[in-house]
Amino acid sequence: MNLLEPIVQGILLGGLYALFAAGLSLMFGVMRIVNLAYGDFAVLAAYGTLVVVNAALINPLIALVVVAPAMAALGYVLQRTVLQRTLGLSPLPSLLVTFGLSIIIQNVLLLFGSADQQRLTLGDIDTASVTLPLDITVGVFPLGVFVLAVVILGVLSWVTAKTQYGRLVRAVSDDPDTVMLQGANPKVIYGIATAIAFGLVAIAGVAAGIQTSFSPSSGSMLLIFAFEAVIIGGLGSLWGTLGGAVILGVAQTVGAAFAPAQQILAGHVVFLLFLAFLPSGLSRRKVRA
Amino acid sequence: MMPSFPLRAKGLEAPAYTVQRWTRMSILGTSGLGVVVVVLALLPFMVGLSVTYAMVDFFILLLLAMTWNLLAGYGGMVSVGQQAYVGIGAYAVVVFADTFSLNIVVTILLAAIVSAILAFPISFFAFRLVGGYFAIGTWVLAEVVRLIVVQFPQIGGGAGISLAATTDMPKDLRIAMSYWIALGAAVVVLVVCVWLVRSRIGLALTALRDDVTAAATSGVRVQSVRRRVFIFAAAAAGVAGALVAISTMRVQPDSVFSVQWSAFMIFIVVVGGVGTLEGPIIGAIIFWVLKQLLADYGPLYLIFLGAVGIVFVLFVRGGVWGLVSRRKRLEIFPVGYRFSRTEKDGSKPAP
Repeated sequence: MNLLEPIVQGILLGGLYALFAAGLSLMFGVMRIVNLAYGDFAVLAAYGTLVVVNAALINPLIALVVVAPAMAALGYVLQRTVLQRTLGLSPLPSLLVTFGLSIIIQNVLLLFGSADQQRLTLGDIDTASVTLPLDITVGVFPLGVFVLAVVILGVLSWVTAKTQYGRLVRAVSDDPDTVMLQGANPKVIYGIATAIAFGLVAIAGVAAGIQTSFSPSSGSMLLIFAFEAVIIGGLGSLWGTLGGAVILGVAQTVGAAFAPAQQILAGHVVFLLFLAFLPSGLSRRKVRA
Repeated sequence: MMPSFPLRAKGLEAPAYTVQRWTRMSILGTSGLGVVVVVLALLPFMVGLSVTYAMVDFFILLLLAMTWNLLAGYGGMVSVGQQAYVGIGAYAVVVFADTFSLNIVVTILLAAIVSAILAFPISFFAFRLVGGYFAIGTWVLAEVVRLIVVQFPQIGGGAGISLAATTDMPKDLRIAMSYWIALGAAVVVLVVCVWLVRSRIGLALTALRDDVTAAATSGVRVQSVRRRVFIFAAAAAGVAGALVAISTMRVQPDSVFSVQWSAFMIFIVVVGGVGTLEGPIIGAIIFWVLKQLLADYGPLYLIFLGAVGIVFVLFVRGGVWGLVSRRKRLEIFPVGYRFSRTEKDGSKPAP
């Protein structure tokens, strides 16, 4: 069996998972919030894009110009009004609130849409493919998503490392009280971080909506993949997350090459192996919970 | 009647203290609950089949909520993966009752044992993660269990399987039987929960609930206490799953392994009052009544539940039980400690 092709496909799939994982990782890194509604917000963005596409008859990528800022605004408002109240030593309140949000979003989508699978389309690009050396055929769109993921992760790590906002983010994630003493407002920093995460989740949700299909309940699976990528990669490392996402993607596509029905189980098994034998992930950094 | 024992520091003539576990309130509460259990045991003779059937659902939810409360409320383990054991328990009943033709009550015990045994290795994966990532980790583990179970066509694969062992029983007898088994299971789990919280483990758990670091510094073996609670909660969820299989006579993987089980137990505990023994009981009653009234509304009902849950987390942290007991020091179960000074002759000082 030629495993080269599934491996390349898996690497590209990893790009999609990295897009998802980046926002999850950002929210955890800055606010120590694990957003259980994360995948559902991605699906919400995909449905929002579908509505805009159908109403204005435009390309989903153009619709994203409206949807991504809208999601970012939603994230900012949600952080300032709801999530801010759940921050504290115990992770219980934020988990419970985001789990409640997840149930609300899924059922609102069921109420206004249907349980059917939906799909966004870019026309010919959906099925277009290029042939790489060694006779490997890859889809143009997955390749584009992978490149986009690398670019976005690059921009994110540049922002955290070099800009004033990035310095504030790192400071606030270490000690919000001291940052407040220095005159910055952690609440605004949290709001902006959530806005960035929600903008990312909109992009990821639309990319997933083009590459595969989505339904009101598909958010949970997206959350789980993003989480597995973060844990395999190691908490607190953006490039580790990309590595984790690629490992997860390759595990799934190679697993599918052996047994087509076992794609997801194969990914879970590799995740559990990492959890058992390399619990601090690729980056091997220890992060407080 | 009220067991009390003086604590005296060696060689000091300091005033002695009496520690009381039972109070007048908890004696009343516990005996009142005993009366309620007796009434509940007689309920199938007094109400129609549909009510009896719906009450089985109540006990299933109560079992799940009481043990999720031990996990999350006391142990700080926010599990979103208890459906793993609901499913394991349900399938265990089908396998032991239909394939091995065992008595139905025995299969429930086996369901608890199988769930507990599987929870032991699972805990080693889950305990690598803490806080929020523990939550998603337990969810992934539940998914893995589901994906493995549906591999076996012998137990119905992805389509599910019917429980054949009880098909010959008359309907009313079958429903009454599952009612009594469910009531018995709920009482057993409640007694174990009260005993756990009263015992040394309970002291450790309460310390964990209030401050993990301080508890660990004081000599609480955090992981070992947590693992015991994790396994006990799994066994109880296994019993809940067994009851689902017996009362509905059908096991479908997408339904028994649904994350909705976790959503329901979380709602019950949050609304009732997290980290108290009384909370899950109050919450289960509220949830069950809401379910009878509103379940026909489908998605709207679930949106309502989600919104109510969020409002409680944000504004009513102690839940309904917290609101009720805030000023009046109400308690149903004798799990608290009351210190009072005793004079040298052992009598109580005048107030």
